[in-house]
Parts: sequence; structure tokens; C-alpha cells
Amino acid sequence: MAEVAEAGAPPRSARLRIARLRVSAAFWRWPWLKLTLLLAAPVAAFAVVYLGALTSLFVSSFWEVDSFTGKIIHTWTLSNFSTLIHEKVYRDIALRTLWMAAAVTLTDIVLAFPLAYFMARIAAPRLRAALFVMVLLPLWSSYLVRIYAWRTILAKDGVLNWVLNGLGLPDAGLAYTNTAMWIVFSYVWLPFMVLPVYAALERIPDNYLEASSDLGARSWRTFRRVILPLALPGIVAGSIFTFSLTLGDFITPALVGGAGSQFIGNVVEEYIGINGNVPFAAAFATVPVIVMAIYLVVARRVGAFEAV
Amino acid sequence: MSQARKRYLAWAAAAALTGALAVAAAGCGGSSGKSASKTTTSNLPSSIGPGEGALNLIEWPFYSDPSFANKFEQQTGCKIHRKDAGSSNQMVALMRAGGGGGGGQWDLVSASGDASLRLIKGGDVKPVNVKLIPSWNDFIPIFKSPAHNTVDGVHYGVSVQWGPNVLLYNTKKIKPGPTSWAALYDPKYKGQITIPNNPIQIADGAFYLEHSQPNLGIKDPYELNKKQFDATIALLKNQRKLVKLYWNYDTDGRAALANGDASLAAIWPVDTLALQAKKVPVKEVIPSVGATGWADTWMLAKKAPHPNCAYKWMKYVTTPPVEAKQALVFGETPVNPKACPFMDKIQAGSCAKYHLNEPLGYYNTIKFWKTPIADCGNGKHDCMDYNQWQTAWTQVTG
Repeated sequence: MAEVAEAGAPPRSARLRIARLRVSAAFWRWPWLKLTLLLAAPVAAFAVVYLGALTSLFVSSFWEVDSFTGKIIHTWTLSNFSTLIHEKVYRDIALRTLWMAAAVTLTDIVLAFPLAYFMARIAAPRLRAALFVMVLLPLWSSYLVRIYAWRTILAKDGVLNWVLNGLGLPDAGLAYTNTAMWIVFSYVWLPFMVLPVYAALERIPDNYLEASSDLGARSWRTFRRVILPLALPGIVAGSIFTFSLTLGDFITPALVGGAGSQFIGNVVEEYIGINGNVPFAAAFATVPVIVMAIYLVVARRVGAFEAV
Repeated sequence: MSQARKRYLAWAAAAALTGALAVAAAGCGGSSGKSASKTTTSNLPSSIGPGEGALNLIEWPFYSDPSFANKFEQQTGCKIHRKDAGSSNQMVALMRAGGGGGGGQWDLVSASGDASLRLIKGGDVKPVNVKLIPSWNDFIPIFKSPAHNTVDGVHYGVSVQWGPNVLLYNTKKIKPGPTSWAALYDPKYKGQITIPNNPIQIADGAFYLEHSQPNLGIKDPYELNKKQFDATIALLKNQRKLVKLYWNYDTDGRAALANGDASLAAIWPVDTLALQAKKVPVKEVIPSVGATGWADTWMLAKKAPHPNCAYKWMKYVTTPPVEAKQALVFGETPVNPKACPFMDKIQAGSCAKYHLNEPLGYYNTIKFWKTPIADCGNGKHDCMDYNQWQTAWTQVTG
């Protein structure tokens, strides 16, 4: 109908073209407009979904629970944090969690570095592909299944003790201990360390190593002065994964840990599940957030976020 | 704009955003708090209307086993959707998700005594008219209005089944078999013991002290004053050194027993049956002093979307033949004594095996789970409440 009424107007396709030109001219004239439109959705999602959850966590950690009804009282108090600081058990649990995260990270660095080095710089392409598949293979199955598998390996009547006894050795007695947790954590997070270290090592140009040896450096010195500094960002990036994943876990302690294997995550889960004490759980959950913030600042100092 | 200025602006924006979100969060919380404190006077239904075609249950596994639930679905047209819970805590968490009261999603929850009072005090369940459940009149008297599901004469559900917490041991590894709860506190069995990871477990310690240290004056293991509580916690802290595993789900405890990691456990009869079915050499005992126990209640969610189907279900599962079937599927005891002949018909001698034919005095030896509260009936409010139990339990196991 519009076409009929405006007989003298340009045809529809031409008008569309003009409109398009106007839009692109506007984008050219005000560059911020394009940026705003492009980023609006992700920024909104980030602010509401991502920061929103963290903020509500932080806010609720200053509330309290009525012990009789289990309802949350919305008055501001620091009592949750003071309990956390003054009760020995929570300090023990927080320290245990931190220690485990650090131990698992170190173990994974030691295990992943030689493997990643071999994959990146020595292995032939076919072997490299095969190794890649083997590193990634565990990620194809559920994390829970792999933890249960470890439980049957480490059990008293399990595979490990069966092999040890066959060799005439005594039982390892690892089931339901912190050592069992350490083994399982190091296993499940290993791929998250191998991949970034591999990426960092692969990008070291061969001629750097040649230059190093031309200048008379032996292999140890080349490793210490050339390879390690260039691989460091990859190691730090991997350690962020292994450290934070261990810090936030509660399933592994619940399934392979024994008496005295509680993590921060387990306490959080119990406080929310048992008596709905969300404020206390939130207060305890801010501990790993703070630890990770410090960790990331240190990692930045080390240069983990700069491209090699 | 200089780099420094830009960075300032970015920080200011982030701070403003966080502040705005904080205010929003606080606002949301505030409004929900107000609506929760509003008291709703619920009118009990006087009859059961036509079914709504669906019934959503939070249940212990097998509490709506198809062997008896299929018939219910055919009779009433209420299609059952079930969510199996592994622990009392998970049940409470599920009921409180989505704004509490079952979140408008769940109709009934098969809460045990350590969860039921929490659900009542938290306003997650609503009163039930027991006159609409004909079998209720036949119940063993103590299950008609037990303290864990009836408050001030108001029923928040109907009892369904109960069972004791038993002492289980591996007959090949523990010789001779223990006959007393003292075994769970005996250094002889260090590293072989598994115990539920549940604050209500403190009551087991108190129950043991009630008999081994009468001078503490413990009358009810769920009503402990400071002195009695501290003595119990000291006992449990010593026990922790002996414990191999605090199991979260009974299936975890079962696995530890089956794999040889534990040989002595505080666990449930259902686990004894499951382990024996797998040919694990275990035996359960209830020491002569008695035991703590659990009694489950079908409780009606405050925001139940299918209340008629829920009433129909409560009516159905408490009838003698269904009580008998469920008891033998799960390995527990009915609250309706008329189920006895039906049990024996399915499995000869099972009525006596599950203690359904015991005199009423027998029930005095079973201390049923109930959520501890500060008011323990002496007018002094000096008992340890569930929050304190929870905190102490974290200190024992942490």
C-alpha cells in the first residue's frame, strides 16, 4: 500500500540501501555506538549473571540465621566472620584446603612439564597426536566416574593392594585418607596443567635454543635461563586451573577422603544443606574468593597474562 | 583521556555496579523476608477432591516402589514423578529450593525425624487433616502424633514406616561379634569403624552415655543441656580417632564395608540386606539397651501443586497391604500393625523379624530421631539446639 501511495518515491531496494548507508555512516561517525551495541549483551550477562551471584554471596555473608525457625535475618553483622576467625576448626579446614591445592598444583607441574616438553618439542607428529588423545581421554568421561574408579583402586580389597600383595608387599592403606585425596586431585586436574604448559613450550622458537648453545650454555643452563622463563606463563596459567579447581571442590573429599578430610566446600555444603545457614556458608565461601584474588594478582606480577 | 583517568573510571564503574547489585540483592532479600514472616492460616480440607493427575515426591529411594505405586497410579490417575534423596539434608535443601515450601514443585516429602521439625519450623510444610487418612486410627499409638511430626496437636503429615539404627559388623573380621554400643568407642577397632556424617549422630553418643554414665542424668538423647552435650562431644572427639570414614550416603558406608575398608558400622537395616545380598559376611545387632531410630513421615509441602493426589497417596501407603509391601522392599517396619499378616504372607516370619508384633513397651527402647530444640520441656530453654549440634558436629569431624 505504501508503494502505491508514494508513487514518486525510489523503489524499495534503493530505500533499503539508503537506510543501510545511513546506519553505517552513523557507526563511522560515532565509533562508540558500534562498540556499545556489540558489547551490550555480553556486558549485561557478565554484570547480572556473573557478578550478581558473587555480590549476593558477599552480601548474604553479613546476615544471620534465626536458630529456631532457620529463617535468614536481614540485619548486618560480622558474627559469621568472627566465628570463622576464632574457631580453630574452620582455620584448620581452610588451611587443609589451601595446602592440598598447593600440593596438587606442585605435583601437577612436576608431572606435566616433562610430558608437555616431550609432546611439544621431541615427539613426532603422530606420537604427539596420540599423546594428546591420551591426555584428553579422561575428560571424555564424567569426573564422578573417575573418582569412583579411584575409590575401587585404593580400597583395601582393591586393585592396588592386590598388586602389592602379589609382589609380597604389605597393604598401602590409602583408602579414605588425605593421601588418597592428593592422588585423585593430581590425577583429575592433570590435563588442565599439561595443555597450557604445552602451548607455552611449543611457542619457543628453535633458534633461541640454538643461540643459547652457540653462546656456550649447556643444556641445564639453557633450560634454566631460556626455556623455564618462557614457559612460566603457561605454568602459572595451568596452576590457576589446578589451584582454583582444588580449592573449590567438595566431591573428592566426600568420596575418597576419610575422617578429617573436610574441605571448605564440604562445610559450605553442610551448612546450606543441614540447617539452611546460607550466611555462614557464604562467609566461608568468600575465603577461596579472596585467596584466588591474591593468587591472580601474584600471577599477573609473574606475567602469566602476557602473551609470550 | 589519560591512562590513569581511564583506570579510575573503570574502577568507579565497577564499584557503582557492585553497589547497585548489593542494594538490589538486599532489597530482594528484604522483601522475601517480609513475605515469609506473614502467617498463613491454612484451612484443613474436609474431603479429598478429584486427583490432579500428577504427584511429585521427594522420597527415600524405593518409597514409591513400582511394586505398589503402579497400582496407585492406575486407581487414581495420579502420575508419580519421584526425586530420590540420599540424605535428610538433601531433602530439606530440595524442599527449600525455589523459595521454600517445596517451591510449588513438590507435593510430599518422606522426611525422617531429624528433618521433619526443621521443615515445620521453617514453614515448608502445612497441616494435614488425619481424619482423611482412615488407617491413621489403626497406627501404633506412638506413631499417631509423634513429637517429630505433630506440634501443639497439629499434624504436619502421617507416619509411614520406621527402623532402628543398627550396629553392623563383619563376621569374618570382628570376632566375637559385639553386643554393645561400646564397640563403636573401643580403641580395639581403630581404623575399622564407619559412622554416618550427620549431626543427629550426636544422639547416638548421648544414648551410649545415658547407659554407661548414668550420673550425667541424660534422659532423652535429643534433649541435652550444656554439661551433657559437652560430655557427649568429648566422647565423639575421641571416637573420631577410631573412625575410618564418616559416610555421607549409606551407599558410601556400604562400599567401605564391601571393600574391606571398614568392618564395624552404625548403619541401617536396608544396608544389611543389601550387603548380605552381595554375599558380604555381615550381621546386624541391636544391643539390649535399645537403639536410636528413625521414623519417616509423608509431609505435605506448603505450596503443593497437587494436594488431592497427595492425600490419596497418604491414604494409600498407610493401608495394611501397601505398608507390608513397602516394609519388605526397603527393610523397615510399618506403623500400621494390621500389616502384620500381609507381611507374613509375602515372607513367612517377617512380621516378627521386623518387630511389628512387639508389645508397646518395646518402643520405649527405641529413641526416635527428632530435631533438637532449645526448649526441652523443663521450661528453661537450656537445651542445645540444632545449630549448636551442627557446629559441634563440624568440630568433631572437621
